[in-house]
Amino acid sequence: METLEQVLTPEEQFQARIDADVRIEPKDWMPEAYRKTLIRQISQHAHSELVGMLPEGNWITRAPSLKRKSILLAKVQDEAGHGLYLYSAAETLGTTRDQMLADLHSGKAKYSSIFNYPTLSWADMGCVGWLVDGAAILNQVPLCRTSYGPYARAMVRVCKEESFHQRQGFEIMQTLCEGAPEQKAMAQEALNRWWWPTLMMFGPKDADSPNTEQSMKWRIKRFTNDELRQKFVDMMVPQAEFLGLTVPDEKVKWNEERQAYDFGEVNWDEFWAVVKGNGLCNQERLQARVSAHEEGAWVREAANAHAAKRAAREAVAA
Amino acid sequence: MLPQNDSRVAAATPAAAPGPLFPFVLQLADTSLILAHRLSEWCGHGPVLEQDLAMANIALDLLGEARSYYQYAAELEGQGRTEDDLAYLRSAVEYRNPLLVEQPNNDFAHTILRQFLFDNFHYHLLKALLTCPDTQLAAIAEKSVKEASYHLKWSSEWVIRLGDGTPESRQRLEKAIATLWRFGEELTTATPSEKALQELGVLPDYATLLPAMQAHTAYVFAEATLPLPGPVFGQQGGKTGRHTEHLGYLLSELQYMQRTYPGLTW
Repeated sequence: METLEQVLTPEEQFQARIDADVRIEPKDWMPEAYRKTLIRQISQHAHSELVGMLPEGNWITRAPSLKRKSILLAKVQDEAGHGLYLYSAAETLGTTRDQMLADLHSGKAKYSSIFNYPTLSWADMGCVGWLVDGAAILNQVPLCRTSYGPYARAMVRVCKEESFHQRQGFEIMQTLCEGAPEQKAMAQEALNRWWWPTLMMFGPKDADSPNTEQSMKWRIKRFTNDELRQKFVDMMVPQAEFLGLTVPDEKVKWNEERQAYDFGEVNWDEFWAVVKGNGLCNQERLQARVSAHEEGAWVREAANAHAAKRAAREAVAA
Repeated sequence: MLPQNDSRVAAATPAAAPGPLFPFVLQLADTSLILAHRLSEWCGHGPVLEQDLAMANIALDLLGEARSYYQYAAELEGQGRTEDDLAYLRSAVEYRNPLLVEQPNNDFAHTILRQFLFDNFHYHLLKALLTCPDTQLAAIAEKSVKEASYHLKWSSEWVIRLGDGTPESRQRLEKAIATLWRFGEELTTATPSEKALQELGVLPDYATLLPAMQAHTAYVFAEATLPLPGPVFGQQGGKTGRHTEHLGYLLSELQYMQRTYPGLTW
């Protein structure tokens, strides 16, 4: 009798494992396209953590109280930590952090477009936590069950910290909304600016998302962009109401039949413009990363040179 | 409110004025806050992700320590001011941090050398404060000394790497030494408040910290293959409110929200 290995092609065996929800591990055979898709997705995610440090980092030195300063700094530091886990997860697929950073700096690799919007007031720290991290969580929680083991395990840790971030963002908004009129106005103004860009975080409409079908089949992705966007609106509209804020979309309305909120159309021209590099902060965000990398080159070289000298001395001593 | 856990401090503290402990605790608070603020400016811009994390970590430790001191200072003062009032609503001339910690980050070599000079003092001071008769200061030292020992290890290792790394790193470190070494002396030069506390036995005589500090510096510089810097003309003044021009800009950023929106809760 023939074994399964003899009957099925490697590709079919791989898909059978995916379908049985067996995790794929670094040493397992995998289709080249699966490997490439994952490298693209995980590195893009890692870059988003790295670039995502900048808009919030923008307010660390101006945080309004010592407690807020401490929480914000810890949060941005968590993002650096997420970047580290994710670069490590991507490295298990045969790429290097240097290569991934080179792709980021050359513009070949993308990061989440949301970070190309500016943070203009303290309330933006609330909106980034509440809305941006809220959207990120919806995108990321399903990734804890994604088919590639190292990515799924990294995401379990990331998601735990993100949900803490989201709560602190909501708490900033709540404090502002319960505060003086100018604080509440600050919160509303920030919501007006962040609402639509966060809806864009779920990516293009399903009809315009070329990678979704294959990613769903490989169980890298478990929900479509539009499904997640709907979930987000359903979750956030009542929270905005609770805060006494108004979502800047006149078409938001509860649909009894669908048991979901109807909402207006995202400005897809703006979405594609920012993806293509024409957001307000695309240039400065990327430049900040390139400068940090270039200005840090001598530090990394010194550390390597010293390590080599030390190893040589220890070899002589032994 | 008077510090009640040591009768000598209480006896030397007239009821109307907060006594020497208040300005000293405030000095410790300002010092940790200003250095934390400077380190936090690196966040997102570090030379490599791991060091970005390390600097944020040290900044967080120092910020936590600063908050403990501010809370204690507010209690000592007993006039209803909070930690945020003390940090956000005092002007540059009221700030009591030594000049060293307000110096700009400049390049990584400057940041490292500033940190090394501070850590070497901070760690040895906290170690001495573990047996401080003021139980509140002793408790804060107990919590912070372990963190400070990691900070000192980190900055010492980087002084060694940069000194014994490449010609460029060595040159940059030498430049940092030329810029910052002159601010080291202020750390161990006692102000009138510090002298008063030394006489009361609350604070160690700084001369007793010097041998361990100098021995550590000699070890690190030898490993870094750097000559020990000779005597320099020391710059002082921060601990008595005379600062460099840098502090005003730092505070205008730090205090921006509280100054723009007075009296609100965040």
